[in-house]
Amino acid sequence: MSAIPFKKPGVVRSEDTVAIRVEHVTKEFVLRHTRSMKEAFVWLLKGRKGELSVTFKALDDVTFDVHDGETVALLGFNGSGKSTTLKMISGVMHPDSGSVATRRRVAGLIEVGAGFHPDLTGRDNVYLNGAILGMTRAEIDEKFDEIVAFSEIGEFIDTEVKFYSSGMYLRLAFSVAIHTDPEVFLVDEILSVGDEPFQKKCIRRIKDLVRRGKTLVVVSHDLDLIMDICERGIVMDHGSKVFDGSSVAAVAMLRNRPPEDVQREQNERVERRLADKRRERREQAEAAAARGETWVPEYDPELDDPAELDDPTKVRRSLGN
Amino acid sequence: MSASAPQLTAPGQDRGLREVFSNPFLLKLLVDKEIQIRYRGTVLGLLWSYIKPGVQFLVFYVAMGVFLGLQRGVENFAVYLFAGIIVINLFTEAFSNAARSVVANGGLLKKIYLPRELFPVASLWVAFVHFAPQVLVLLVACVATGWRPGFLQVLAALAGVVVVSVFALGLGLLFATFNVFFRDAENIVDLINMVATWASPVLYMWTMVRDSLWGWVYYVYMLNPLTVSVELFHFAFWEPTTETMAWSVPPHLLSLWTPVALVVSFVTLFLGDRLFRRFEGNFAQEL
Repeated sequence: MSAIPFKKPGVVRSEDTVAIRVEHVTKEFVLRHTRSMKEAFVWLLKGRKGELSVTFKALDDVTFDVHDGETVALLGFNGSGKSTTLKMISGVMHPDSGSVATRRRVAGLIEVGAGFHPDLTGRDNVYLNGAILGMTRAEIDEKFDEIVAFSEIGEFIDTEVKFYSSGMYLRLAFSVAIHTDPEVFLVDEILSVGDEPFQKKCIRRIKDLVRRGKTLVVVSHDLDLIMDICERGIVMDHGSKVFDGSSVAAVAMLRNRPPEDVQREQNERVERRLADKRRERREQAEAAAARGETWVPEYDPELDDPAELDDPTKVRRSLGN
Repeated sequence: MSASAPQLTAPGQDRGLREVFSNPFLLKLLVDKEIQIRYRGTVLGLLWSYIKPGVQFLVFYVAMGVFLGLQRGVENFAVYLFAGIIVINLFTEAFSNAARSVVANGGLLKKIYLPRELFPVASLWVAFVHFAPQVLVLLVACVATGWRPGFLQVLAALAGVVVVSVFALGLGLLFATFNVFFRDAENIVDLINMVATWASPVLYMWTMVRDSLWGWVYYVYMLNPLTVSVELFHFAFWEPTTETMAWSVPPHLLSLWTPVALVVSFVTLFLGDRLFRRFEGNFAQEL
């Protein structure tokens, strides 16, 4: 019992299935202390003596390919270059040397709410942020109700978001981001959104994406969750790639423990969780049967095949789940 | 899958201004956002875009027309003055907002990729939204003073708007790029805007430049696209309302100076676009 049910079968690794290609990427940041023309001018007058600025290598010759359908985690301690790598892939930053290429529509669950403006209503922000993330007007119109339902904002949707609690704000932002439909999702440390029920909902949604064959690149410090979601792990340290392999082995490396132990614990944890979920389902079904009702379980990407969603007698998906 | 798979392309390499206009929905939302934010919490809202130029006009009219006596030399001085003021207002607003737009939206630019020239272009649209009511007021004033426009006048006004907007957007792109690296740029922008009002015949007549300075200054003066736009507006709105003027707009305005101004504006836009795109890859790390 080592197979973790929601993980997809092997991904084809060929030249045709490359979704993201990162080749020898190096990026230096300038640590400039001033932003005035005077300083730059004085520096020029002095014959360009000394360094005007100090540079810092954020990425150093990083190379990897991500193929269609792969789920990859970027791991490493703070400042190891994970988020910079994601920014390169999303096109926000360009490499100093080397190249980054993507094939399909890439969108980010990066920094949710970056496009939100506090003085606009929730409704206006959904449209603005959806458009910023690459959705068309028709797409947003179609998904609007679902976005609002998922966020659990309800009647506050026409209130300016500056009056929202921080949890409501993040829920709405996350909800917009997750309803964009790119082929490649970039996820940066946002799985800790809102309260526990909402977090569970978000994680279920992401597992659903995985099960539907979306390509994911995830940055997170939640290593247990990483092992649940990702098959592959890339460990980075001070801007260099130091490991590229299975996510379990990558986590073992970070935790400085034997991979076999980590794998065994991970399997146990998954077994326990699935057993709990199955038991809960059975109890719900029995309770419903006792009341004489027909009962259809709620869709769970860890237990059900997404294809079963087409048959309403097998599983149901309630709006906003 | 393999045959239909699109090519691997570098992310974040957009096609400049063409990219901006290929997504009109996003552009519209950004313009709406800017306008909503500008007038948040105000009672009068967009009415302010009537009040501000109105007051500006009154001040200049009293100071220049009455105190300095310019209205005795110019028939329908009020129309003359207002036609120039709205051109300069369009320029200063479009230019200063475009120059600040990239830094103002820095939080977004450094997190999510989207065509970055959207922001300066959105500033230009916002300036148009404020420009439209001013044109309306001008039209009312013109009609009241017996304005009968011909085809040429309408064309001249359109050319004036094109020159101003293209020039403002070009300069806006240049200074938006400077502003990312040196925040001094904002002060230079304010300086340019202050000079712009006086470097074109808004509050005085172009004949004064011709008569009181050396000959070559006049040609330099006419190379300024703003001078040409203001004169195009004078030609379109003020000249048809006059009857007894000994002079009017500068000679060869339509045949020579308008094409020159168009060329200068588009060259500025081209250079602004080039500079912007050359450095936009570094915006995210510099902001």
